[in-house]
Amino acid sequence: MLTKSDIESISGEVGNFSVSLTRQPRYVDMDLCVGCGACAEKCPKKVPDGYNSDLSKRKAIYVEYAQAVPLKYAIDGDYCLKIQKDKCGNCAKVCPAGAIRYDDKPETVTLNVGSVVLAPGFKPFDPKGLDSYKYSEHKNVITSMEFERILSASGPTHGHVTRPSDGEEPTKIAWLQCVGSRDMNRCDNPYCSSVCCMYAIKEAVIAKEHQGDSLDCAVFFMDMRTHGKDFEAFYDKARNDAGVRFVRSRVHTVTEDPETKDLEMRYVTEDGKIEVEKFDMVVLSVGLEISSELVELANKLDVDLGPNRFAATDSFSPVVTSREGIYVCGAFAGPKDIPQAVVDSSAAASCAGQVLSSARNTCTKTKEKVPETPVKGEPPRLGVFVCKCGINIAGVVDVPAVVEYAKSLPFVEYASENLYSCSQDTQDGMAELIREKGLNRIVVAACTPKTHEPLFQETLINAGLNKYLFEMTNIRNHDSWVHKSTPDLATEKAKDLVRMAVQKAALITPLAEAELSVNPNGLVIGGGVAGMAAALSLAKQGYATHLIEKTAQLGGTALSLHKTWKGEDIQENVARMVKEVEDNENITVYMDTELESVDGFVGNFTSTLKGKDKETTLEYGVAIVATGALESKPTEYLYGQDPRVRTSLEMDKLFQDDDPALKEIKSAAFIQCVGSREPGRPYCSRVCCTHSVDSAIALKKRNPETDVYILYRDIRTYGERELIYKKAREAGVLFIRYGVDNKPIVSVTEGNLTVRVRDHVLGKVMEIPLDALTLATAIVPPDNSKIAQFYKVPINDTGYYVERHAKLGPSEFATDGVFLCGLAHYPKPIDESVAQAQAAASRAVTLLAREKIFTSGTIAVTSPADCSECGVCIALCPYSAPSFSTERPFPGKATINPVLCKGCGLCVASCRSGAIHLNGFDNNQILAMIDAL
Amino acid sequence: MPKDVIGSVMVVGGGIAGMQSALDLAESGYYVYLVEKGPSIGGVMAQLDKTFPTNDCAM
Repeated sequence: MLTKSDIESISGEVGNFSVSLTRQPRYVDMDLCVGCGACAEKCPKKVPDGYNSDLSKRKAIYVEYAQAVPLKYAIDGDYCLKIQKDKCGNCAKVCPAGAIRYDDKPETVTLNVGSVVLAPGFKPFDPKGLDSYKYSEHKNVITSMEFERILSASGPTHGHVTRPSDGEEPTKIAWLQCVGSRDMNRCDNPYCSSVCCMYAIKEAVIAKEHQGDSLDCAVFFMDMRTHGKDFEAFYDKARNDAGVRFVRSRVHTVTEDPETKDLEMRYVTEDGKIEVEKFDMVVLSVGLEISSELVELANKLDVDLGPNRFAATDSFSPVVTSREGIYVCGAFAGPKDIPQAVVDSSAAASCAGQVLSSARNTCTKTKEKVPETPVKGEPPRLGVFVCKCGINIAGVVDVPAVVEYAKSLPFVEYASENLYSCSQDTQDGMAELIREKGLNRIVVAACTPKTHEPLFQETLINAGLNKYLFEMTNIRNHDSWVHKSTPDLATEKAKDLVRMAVQKAALITPLAEAELSVNPNGLVIGGGVAGMAAALSLAKQGYATHLIEKTAQLGGTALSLHKTWKGEDIQENVARMVKEVEDNENITVYMDTELESVDGFVGNFTSTLKGKDKETTLEYGVAIVATGALESKPTEYLYGQDPRVRTSLEMDKLFQDDDPALKEIKSAAFIQCVGSREPGRPYCSRVCCTHSVDSAIALKKRNPETDVYILYRDIRTYGERELIYKKAREAGVLFIRYGVDNKPIVSVTEGNLTVRVRDHVLGKVMEIPLDALTLATAIVPPDNSKIAQFYKVPINDTGYYVERHAKLGPSEFATDGVFLCGLAHYPKPIDESVAQAQAAASRAVTLLAREKIFTSGTIAVTSPADCSECGVCIALCPYSAPSFSTERPFPGKATINPVLCKGCGLCVASCRSGAIHLNGFDNNQILAMIDAL
Repeated sequence: MPKDVIGSVMVVGGGIAGMQSALDLAESGYYVYLVEKGPSIGGVMAQLDKTFPTNDCAM
């Protein structure tokens, strides 16, 4: 990790780049700093805190925030009194580690790398230059980033929503959308920033949660863009349940009452009325943009940028820049939300892995293993470490008293306090103490095991102890944080918690982890664009890959598509991909083939594939699900009754074939959201707005005289797709908005096809004669239940697979070794499908590259003598870990597969015979804790 | 492509995208240099209160 570093130049080529960096002075020796914070306490210089959007102050010596990584202080050289004026020097005087270096200088570092991944992010748009909102002058006009900090418990108001002018609680807050986005007049950002609609809704909902229902939240928007997975439902809930008001209007000016500092907005409602409304606070939903420093960085690296300064990429290689060996991810490649950034970043890792696979494991180091000390038969010798967590714990709990108390408890050989138990030097010290004092069980009273248990277990391993000889108790989140006002009682509670942990620790035993070898073959299910991209990515990283496709042709839905919104020919690109798949020696393709069975677990799956006339048995280590989705066939708008009414894909077929019928179209309309965003199918199908806009432009291009109408609810041309929406309007495509409760009516009289729709702007019903009507129909998942059952992966109520984590695990399942990409996850365009396919491959390679994996020691085990063979555990387990043994010595008794068991304890609680034990949480251990209380 | 391919990657930017990329690469057997302009990693996501649509804590 190289912090405070800037890139100066790059030379060389893919496989062997030389990069020159400047490491800016930190003025603190990172090897010595323990992050205690004594320096910041004594620093007299206060400076605006950028982390809190400058809403509060921090010191000139600082960490950005409490959980910062690395947790090492830095001096802001522009403000430090010692560095600027040679005064003060307090921090050097109080630093217990002697880590302060006022004479630190910029340093040049040269790195030799095979590849580069660019993830430099974005800059929130700065609204200072916008005259209409007077952001700089009106105190109660703030940006969404500032509001984000106001909502945060770690922010300047500790999550209490107050307005900046007087610290009063607001009763009315307005959000103004598209500030610095979709705007060529007041800024140069014609694109949509993609994320602002959703974050504004989120902020409004959370503000209401914080302040109560009486808080009036209103979002002023042009088109509501909630096109992501589960986003539409969030919007519906905000409107219907939370009571957030949504006003379709672009507000042009905000004026301030000079006395009350209230804000007055004048806006035009949908039916043309002018309204004047007062708000206590106005939040500007600022967009994402690329800073001039990033443009400079791109120039230094010789990477091409597009017209909006985002890195230029193409739809079939979405993370590849113009320079070979340099990849891009995150918002630098276009405005996007967190899951999309996470998908891209794994895809970029995959692409880098493809070019470097011959050098895998050549630069990494393997840790030397410390032999494990046997503890069996030895009496417990406990070590107790009580953490002060800086002032987080010690500010409330009397830590020395807890340490003294711990010393008095049975089996405790050693107890001490740590300033920060998690700091590297403390870890080393703890390992040393374990060896020196011969400790064989360790208790740490500190923060949460959820984040820190693995770290302490690592310390045990380094000291030669089995990592399960460890017990952690949380005297921060469960004690000092929640009992701030009663320090004496908090100290007593800390003693109770330590006593419980000690009682349990005396009973814990070493646990074993099973070692499994990983089969290095991959299986990809589905031969569409996503499946092919995933297979290619695995194969190019050196792994044998089996690709199964249930039809007789590779290509999937993309075979029915004409062009991407960027203008790339889809058929040409799909044909190229098919050829690449067929030519790749690492890929075996199975056509007309479906998955028949799945046995085994991560690293060791076995499946039967059923082809047209043969069955194949396959062993593989990972599976990627890329089973796609389908265009729904509508039952409304005369579809199927009049040949002039087509779906989007049927219209694309005309374009693909250059059908002469296109010439005959003098008047064409598109109806959006056919089957999407409706009760029963509440999600947005994401791609249809862009698709229809693109097709409308294509019609206009063929014949500028053609009348083209798009009947829509919200135009969702997110990101840089907004530019084709603009282009369509310039080409004369007419956009007419309709409401879900006032849908267009399509009819045929005397052979004439007509659509009737009420135009909101004109306020009257229009009747449009048509030669062609295209229905932008919903994308629907196929029946995914069979594969879901095979791999034990969940499906949501709209039929799409559910990923491990909506933000941080979008391309994988909670089931180990099974990954997800393409339309099977959610409707998405080709570029996002390819990126997710590469991401799924990247996540899969992290498993395959390990060659061996270890199971957890915290798993359930059965005692066959007590088992009554009732089968409740088998029926209950969500992971299919228990089964009846078919082998001696205990046939018929329940047994638990240690690889599948996640240690949830469900079976333990359900077993009527008490025959199941959870290692590490056994009954005697839990009861000892309860007894101790 | 040169013969002596170097098995390491420089990731520029320590936000959510850079961190994910760095983790994937490191777990796949490549040495990673994670280069960050600021004093610590985390990026903009670390400044967010919660994330939509699940309202999970961003930190």
